[in-house]
Amino acid sequence: MLHIGPNNPAKAFHAFYLGIAVSTLCFTQNAFSSSLNMTEGVTSVSKEIYSLHMNIFWWCVAIGVVVFGVMFYTMIAHRKEHGAKASNFHESTFLEVLWTLIPFVILIAMAVPATSSLVKIYDTEEADIDILITGYQWKWKYEYLGEDLSFFSNLSTPNNEIYNRLEKNPNYLLEVDNPLVIPTGKKVRFLLTSNDVIHSWWIPDFAVKKDAIPGFINEAWTIVDAPGIFRGQCAELCGKNHGFMPIVVEVKPENEFNQWLSEQKAVAAKLEELNSTTFTFEDLVTRGEQVYLNNCAACHQANGKGVPGAFPSIAGSKIATGALSDHLNIVIFGSQKNPAMQAFGAQLSEADLAAVITYQRNAFGNNMGDSVQPKEILAFKQNNK
Amino acid sequence: MSHGPAKGIGRWLFTTNHKDIGTLYLWFSFSMFFIGGFFALVIRAELFEPGLQIVEPEFFNQMTTLHGLIMVFGAVMPAFVGLANWMIPIMIGAPDMALPRMNNWSFWILPFAFAILLSTLFMEGGGPNFGWTFYAPLSTTYAPPSVTFFIFAIHIMGASSIMGAINIIATILNMRAPGMTLMKMPLFVWTWLITAYLLIAVMPVLAAVVTMMLMDIHFGTSFFDAAGGGDPVLFQHVFWFFGHPEVYIMILPAFGIISAIIPTFARKPLFGYASMVYATASIALLSFIVWAHHMFTVGIPLVGELFFMYATMLIAVPTGVKVFNWVTTMFRGSLTFETPMLFAVAFVILFTIGGFSGLMLAIAPADFQYHDTYFVVAHFHYVLVPGAIFSITAGVYYWLPKWTGHMYNELMGKTHFWLAFIGLNLTFFPMHFVGLAGMPRRIPDYALQFADFNMISSCGAFLFGAAQVVFLFNVVRTIFSKSKASAEVWEKPTGLEWQLPSPAPYHTFTKPPVIQ
Ligand code: HEC
Ligand SMILES: [Cu+2]
Repeated sequence: MLHIGPNNPAKAFHAFYLGIAVSTLCFTQNAFSSSLNMTEGVTSVSKEIYSLHMNIFWWCVAIGVVVFGVMFYTMIAHRKEHGAKASNFHESTFLEVLWTLIPFVILIAMAVPATSSLVKIYDTEEADIDILITGYQWKWKYEYLGEDLSFFSNLSTPNNEIYNRLEKNPNYLLEVDNPLVIPTGKKVRFLLTSNDVIHSWWIPDFAVKKDAIPGFINEAWTIVDAPGIFRGQCAELCGKNHGFMPIVVEVKPENEFNQWLSEQKAVAAKLEELNSTTFTFEDLVTRGEQVYLNNCAACHQANGKGVPGAFPSIAGSKIATGALSDHLNIVIFGSQKNPAMQAFGAQLSEADLAAVITYQRNAFGNNMGDSVQPKEILAFKQNNK
Repeated sequence: MSHGPAKGIGRWLFTTNHKDIGTLYLWFSFSMFFIGGFFALVIRAELFEPGLQIVEPEFFNQMTTLHGLIMVFGAVMPAFVGLANWMIPIMIGAPDMALPRMNNWSFWILPFAFAILLSTLFMEGGGPNFGWTFYAPLSTTYAPPSVTFFIFAIHIMGASSIMGAINIIATILNMRAPGMTLMKMPLFVWTWLITAYLLIAVMPVLAAVVTMMLMDIHFGTSFFDAAGGGDPVLFQHVFWFFGHPEVYIMILPAFGIISAIIPTFARKPLFGYASMVYATASIALLSFIVWAHHMFTVGIPLVGELFFMYATMLIAVPTGVKVFNWVTTMFRGSLTFETPMLFAVAFVILFTIGGFSGLMLAIAPADFQYHDTYFVVAHFHYVLVPGAIFSITAGVYYWLPKWTGHMYNELMGKTHFWLAFIGLNLTFFPMHFVGLAGMPRRIPDYALQFADFNMISSCGAFLFGAAQVVFLFNVVRTIFSKSKASAEVWEKPTGLEWQLPSPAPYHTFTKPPVIQ
C-alpha cells in the first residue's frame, strides 16, 4: 500500500521533499556550509548579509511547511479512490484578506533590517585607503591612489590544467600572478571602473560585489580584521574569458602591508630601469614570449593563430610581418576599428612592449629578423602622441 | 456552409483557422524547445566536470545566449500563443480569432526570425555570444558581426508578438458570446488578456533597445558608448523595463492553465476566482516598477535601491494569494492524479520554491551575494521550467484529447512526468548550492569545489531531456491512436470546450452558445 511510484504521487512527492528537508538540515550545519550555503565571510557587512539571508530563508521554510503541509495533507486525505466527496466552497473574503495581510507583515519584518544593512553598505565615506580597480578583458588593474603604485592581475592557472593535460591544483581558476594586497583593520574604499565592457568585482568573503562599468566610477568598501587570502571571480559576462578572470585579495597586518608597499615600489623602480636598457635579440624574444602569454594569448592564442572572425592571427599577419611602425602603432595605441585590441601603450612598460613586438615579429614563422628597443618605443610614443 | 480544411501544404500556409494556427504555433514551439534543449545539453556536457573538454569558451557563450533566446522567444512564448489560439475562441464561445489573416501572418514570420537567428551560428565570428540579456557594450562595440542579424531577428519576433497580442485583445473584448461577461471568463482568458496588454506595452521597448544598438553599431550614435558620452547602464534600464514584464508574460498564462486544471481534478470550483483576477492584474501592474532589481549591483543610488527592493518584495503578496487559492481549491476536493494534474501539482510546489528564492533575491543586500551566480540560475529555472514549461505540458495533456479526439497513453504520460520531475530537480536544485557557494553564472569552467553538484546537474539535465522524448512520442502516438475520447474527456469539467465533440470540429460556435 505504501509503495512509491506513478500511482501514488503524493507519497513520492513526500519522499522527495523529505530528501530536500534532509539536505536543508545539512545546509545549516557548519561542516557543510562552505559548499552548500552562502559564506558568512569575514567582515561585519558579510556577516549581516549572511544573517539576512538565513532569516529570509527560514521564513520561506516556515511558509513552505504550512503551504506544502496543507497540500500534502489534502493529497493524501482527500483522494477520490479513497471515497473523498468534493465540497463546494469557493470563496471567503476573510481568508483572502488574511493571506494578503500575513505575508505583508512578514515582508515588513524583513524590510527593516535589510534597509539598515543597505544604508551601512552605501556609506563609503572616510576611507583610509583608496584603490582604483579597472576591469580589462580579461584581467584586473589595481591602482593605489596617492601611492604611485599600480599593477595588473592575471589568471595564473596554466593552460595545461585547463585543457586537462595536468592535474588541477586546489586553487584552480582562483589564482592570479599579482594579488591585490590590503592592510587589516583599515577602511579600504574600492573605486571601480572598466576599460572596455562591463565586469563585476566580487569577493564573497567581503560581500563586496560591484559592477565595473566603462565611463563610470562605482564605490564599495570593506574593513577586514584578520589577515588571510580571499578569492573571488568576475561576476558579469564580459566575453570569451569571463570565466578566467579571478580576483585574489591578500590581507596583511599593517606593518607587513607597508613593507610590501615599499618592496613593490622598489620592484617598479627596477622595471623602470629596464626601459632604458638595451637588450640583445635573444633576451627580447625570451621576455616577449612571457609578455605575449600573459597579455595577448587570451585573444591571439598561444600558437599565434587567433580565433577566426574574432581575433586575427599573428602568424603571417600583414602587420606583424609588415612595416614596424604599423606594428608599433596598433600595439601601443590600439586598433581604430576594433576596441578589443586595446592600447597596450598604457598597460605595458616600454621594455615589455619592445619585447612582445619583437617576439611577434619573430615567432609563429614570422621570421622578420628585426627587433625594437625600449628607447625606440618611448620615442615612438612621444612622436605620435 | 461548414467545410473542412483545405488539402495539402496550402492548408497550413494560407490557413486563417484559429485551430490550425494554434497547432502550427504549438509544433513550432515544440521544435524550438528541442533545439534550445539541445543547446542546454551542450552547456551541461561542458560543465560535467572542471576543465575544458567539449567546446571552447567562445562557443560556450554562444550556446548560453542562444539557449536563453530560443527558450524564451521560441519555445515558451509561441507555446502560450498557440494555446491561446486554440482555446480562447472556444472558451469565450467565438467562431475564430478577431483578425484571422493577421493571425496567419503573425505566425508565419516566426520561422524566418528563428532561421535568421540560428544561421548566425554559421557566420564568421559566430553567433551572438553576449547572453540573452545582451548587455552593451559587449553586444555593441565588442559584438561579433552577426549581431546585426540578431537585431533583425528580434525585430521580427517582436512584430509577431505584438500582432498576436492585438489579436487576442481584439478577440476577447469583441467576440465573447452573449452572456459571457468579463467576470465569467475562464482564468486562462483573463490571464491572457492581461498578458497581451503587457506584450503591447513592452515589446516596443525591446524594439527600441535593439534599434539603439543598431544605431550605435552602424550609424555612429553613442547611446551606450561611454567614450561618446553615452551610458552603458541606460541599456540595462531599457532592457529590464522590457525584461521584467517579459518574465510575467511567460508566467501569467501558466497561472490560467493551472487554474483550469486543478478544479477539474479536485472536482471542485476554483477557490477565489475574483481574487485570482485581481492578483493577476496587480502582478502585471507591479511588474512595471521593479525592473532595477536585476541591477542592484550597477550602483544605483540608495533611494533607488530601496524603492526597487520594497516594490519587488510586494510582488510576493499577490503571488502568494494565487498559491493559497490553488491549495484551497484542492482542499477537501475529490482528488485524482491524471497526468495533467501531476504536472499542475508539481507546478504549484516547484513554482512556489522558485518564488521563495525570488523573495530572497529581492532583499537587496543579500542580492549582492546572489547576483549573477548559479543561485539566480536556479531561481529562474524553477519559475520557468516547472512554471512555464510544466504548465504548458499540463495544458497539452489536458486538451490533447479535445484537439485530436484521442486519449493519450496515461502510463506514458506519468512516466514522462516522473522522469521530468526528477530530472528537473536533479538539474536545478543543486544550482542553489553552487550559487550560494560562489559559482558565477555563464562560465564554461569552474573551480574544483563546485565539481560534485555540477556533475549531478548535468546528469539531471540529460534525464530531463530524455523525458521530453517520451513526451514527443506520446503526443505523436495520441494523434494516430485509435482510442476515442469522449466530449467531456474528464469528469464533469467546466468550460465551453467540453461541450464540443472531441475532436473539436474545424469550425466551432458559428452560432454563439448559450451561457447559463
Ligand atoms: C582582448 C583581445 C585582444 C588582446 C588581449 C590582444 N589583442 Fe591584438 N588584436 C585584437 C583584435 C580584435 C585585433 C584586430 C584589430 C582590428 O581589426 O583592427 C587585434 C589585432 C592585433 C594586431 C594586428 C594583426 C593584424 O594583422 O591585423 C597585432 C599585431 C596585435 N593585435 C598585437 C597584440 C599584442 C602584442 C597583444 C598583447 C600585448 C594583443 N594584441 C592583445 C584583440 C586582442
Ligand atoms: Cu570580467
